[in-house]
Amino acid sequence: MNELKLTQITKQFGHQVILDDINLTFKPNTIYGLLGRNGVGKSTLLNIITNRIFASSGTISWQDQALTGRDHPVQAFYLMSETNLFSKEERLNKIIKNTALLQGQFDETLSAEMMTAFGLNPKKKLSQLSTGYRTIFKAMLALCVPAEVVFLDEPILGLDANHREMLYQFILKAYEERPRTIVLATHLIEEIANLIEHVVILNETQVIIDEPLETVLAKSYRISGPEEVVQAYCQELNQLATEQLGTLYIAYIYDQLPTEREIPDRLTIEHVDLQQTFIKLTNERGNRDV
Amino acid sequence: MLFEFNNDEPLYRQIANQIEEGIFTGIFPPDSQVPSTTELSRQFNLNPATVLKGMNQLVTAGLIEKKRGLGMFVTETAPAQITEKRQAAFYQQHVQDLVKEAKQLNLTKTALLALIERGYDHE
Repeated sequence: MNELKLTQITKQFGHQVILDDINLTFKPNTIYGLLGRNGVGKSTLLNIITNRIFASSGTISWQDQALTGRDHPVQAFYLMSETNLFSKEERLNKIIKNTALLQGQFDETLSAEMMTAFGLNPKKKLSQLSTGYRTIFKAMLALCVPAEVVFLDEPILGLDANHREMLYQFILKAYEERPRTIVLATHLIEEIANLIEHVVILNETQVIIDEPLETVLAKSYRISGPEEVVQAYCQELNQLATEQLGTLYIAYIYDQLPTEREIPDRLTIEHVDLQQTFIKLTNERGNRDV
Repeated sequence: MLFEFNNDEPLYRQIANQIEEGIFTGIFPPDSQVPSTTELSRQFNLNPATVLKGMNQLVTAGLIEKKRGLGMFVTETAPAQITEKRQAAFYQQHVQDLVKEAKQLNLTKTALLALIERGYDHE
């Protein structure tokens, strides 16, 4: 099975713990969202998976084989990241050619289609592109290589709304034409929420959510009403945050609601979206530190 | 409008419900083709597996059927099935709420019946 499995991955820089006991499995042909606040270690984790840096401890296995670093399957994983690993003075068509050589195969058709759609001139040098166009170019490469698992780290950096929309469509097109695992690490949660099947949320060096999107959304509620009614109802439920608006009291819940408990008339129970839940889940300690 | 999504229920169910609504209102008549999984997923940036799950619900319910190599088509019996299902749910979904609201507004049963009569006259 083309499963990528991380077991007890830990990363320390000096005394600072960046990742602590990360256990994750990336299943084949699934679109993942890897979410986390700034500096939480998303990129570090992706760099470890793709063998750009080493973990302090823990193992990564691919197709049930533990990887040791030397035998890392270069062509099975591909990371598109913010850091620029290409020579800036190289022309785009040269970079495409080199990537194709290095990765063994390349989807020329999709590449040409994306270059035309976004208006990228293959004769230009990488250094002549704006931030947004550089992102588009790198995302294009990531979608055209034959990797089984593609990691897109902030694939929409510097892209305007139109280009983001186009890129999402190309991601889906690439996925449909050749299903593979795609991991989207991004801040723009709202836009990718419907694109993903499985959510992984990193917070404070650990994985706090690793569930199908559907499950996460089913447990995300906002319950509002008079304070005492809300509090009575929310007892023993996992409360993420509360807010007060005059006499209106609002509780954000991440839990299954008890089916046996009757819902009082004066309560309003609604589902909230992934972004809201993400904010409430990851806010807590961030704010306390300030 | 068809294909507007919210947080109220799982996305796959919204997809199923909205295609059902399209069949009910005649946008997708019997024997016509409904949008494909690929079309829906790309048009609205939805995960293909989610769209497929919604479609499969409709297939299981017998509202659409797959024609190999052609796509998904509305079945002959779909409109009748939907009408029957909605008639069964009408009391629970509409009548109960209507009576509850009328009571809160201090409308008597006679007054409510009169209002319903008026609604029919205006048709």
